[in-house]
Amino acid sequence: MSKHIRLVKILLWLGALIPLGLLVNELFLQIIPPDDPVELIQHRTGISALILLLITLSVTPLRRWTSWNWLVKLRRPLGLFAFFYATLHAFSYFVFDHSFDLAEIWDDVIEHPWVWAGFIAFVLLIPLAVTSTTGWIRRMGGKNWNRLHKLIYPIAVLGVLHFWWLVKADVSEPLLYGAILAVILGVRFIKKPTALSKPLTPKPPLTPKAPLPPKSL
Amino acid sequence: MLIKTKSEIPSSEITDEKLYRNRRQFLKSAGIATLGGSLLPSSVLAAHKAARFKAGLIGGDDDLTPWEVVTGYNNFYEFGTGKDEPKVNAKGFKTSPWTVEVTGEVAEPKKWKFEELIGGLTVQEKVYRHRCVEGWSMVVPWNGFPLKDLIARLKPTSEAKFVEFTTLHDNRRMPGQLSSVLDWPYVEALRLDEAMNPLTLMVTGVYGKPLPPQNGAPIRLIIPWKYGFKGGKSIVKINFTKKQPRTTWSEAIPREYGFYANVNPKVDHPRWTQAKERRLGEYFRRDTLMFNGYTDEVEHLYKGMDLRKYY
Repeated sequence: MSKHIRLVKILLWLGALIPLGLLVNELFLQIIPPDDPVELIQHRTGISALILLLITLSVTPLRRWTSWNWLVKLRRPLGLFAFFYATLHAFSYFVFDHSFDLAEIWDDVIEHPWVWAGFIAFVLLIPLAVTSTTGWIRRMGGKNWNRLHKLIYPIAVLGVLHFWWLVKADVSEPLLYGAILAVILGVRFIKKPTALSKPLTPKPPLTPKAPLPPKSL
Repeated sequence: MLIKTKSEIPSSEITDEKLYRNRRQFLKSAGIATLGGSLLPSSVLAAHKAARFKAGLIGGDDDLTPWEVVTGYNNFYEFGTGKDEPKVNAKGFKTSPWTVEVTGEVAEPKKWKFEELIGGLTVQEKVYRHRCVEGWSMVVPWNGFPLKDLIARLKPTSEAKFVEFTTLHDNRRMPGQLSSVLDWPYVEALRLDEAMNPLTLMVTGVYGKPLPPQNGAPIRLIIPWKYGFKGGKSIVKINFTKKQPRTTWSEAIPREYGFYANVNPKVDHPRWTQAKERRLGEYFRRDTLMFNGYTDEVEHLYKGMDLRKYY
């Protein structure tokens, strides 16, 4: 069993790094560089963060429906990869759009809803990433830890809104992510199929064996 | 005070950026060389460089945006909403035969054959900054003739106060029109005095070549001191009116897009800032110039107008 999880985790790492690999390839390894590299960086890192967030959120319903309890062990690395891309995304904005001018960033955040939605989502992700370690789970106690990590729900909603409020007219893409999020959140209210049901007390992940992805940049 | 005079060198010119740009420049020229110089010989680029200084309309830090970007990064929803979609979806778009219907307040409303419409008008090169309402910009060597030359040929009546431009509406040829993202056909319009301004250009080419379909072939409008969306593409109808026409984006989202759409760093889009822009290919943003840097040429058109109200 543990061997099989190790394999799944390796696949997870590889899969989660694919968007970064593609991005690096397009930015630096092509003869003709992208027309708007910054737009490419921001769009890709943003989408990657959002998709990973949605995948992270689908772990719990998936586990409930399949009764594959080991799935829960994928939640932490998935969430941390979402944070990894969100961090790249946020810093590309701080650096390229505002040359790290804090006053300018602040003005932009408070004036523009799509910016604050993304900004708040990113800020809220930070405590989740910090407390993702086993030590923190122990220190906080499972109950408090679970409560804190419920922040993932507003974060995901803010992430979709952030995308939605940014597009000029064609909302089909953010709409798709919004619909997926609605489904992932919605299935939580559906009773699981009785044949598979067995009482589950959600346990925080407690396996420190796998290497942890970078927590911040 | 909203109108400011020509600005100095933007403060965003940071040395780091030069490194990035040089890297791109190198890669770009390497790329062109690898392609066998088929796209643009360097002599062509040099000629354009000379022309832009002669035109005196752009400054020393306004490098031309490469051909591949000008013709590969397009907002032309008639061919799809992605920036790279028009180039793909407009492939094979037929621009001949082409007719342009001229209607409304003109001496003689009629359907013009395209060749007849533009025949005899002197095509010139104009290098303009091109600023999109989304916050990116280019510097483009357009080929075309001042709209005023065409208007003189069309002879509007003294009643004409506005001129309206309609883009082709044919979803078999423009697959983006199968989606209802905008209310087709695309309509844009100018006040007649804006249309008569010598900067306002009817464009039939770019970089000395015929205009590619993704850029609005066979004929499009360029108004360099306004956001790019004001420049209707693939024009099939020109209508002179007494009243201010309804225009596509301002109908779609009136709060965000006005009739005037003058480039103005002090009037933000309700959802994002217009104070800065990213020149395509660069990493850091630069300050957006009032009227896109064409204040001297156009500010008299808006004397006494509250540009916050008439955005």
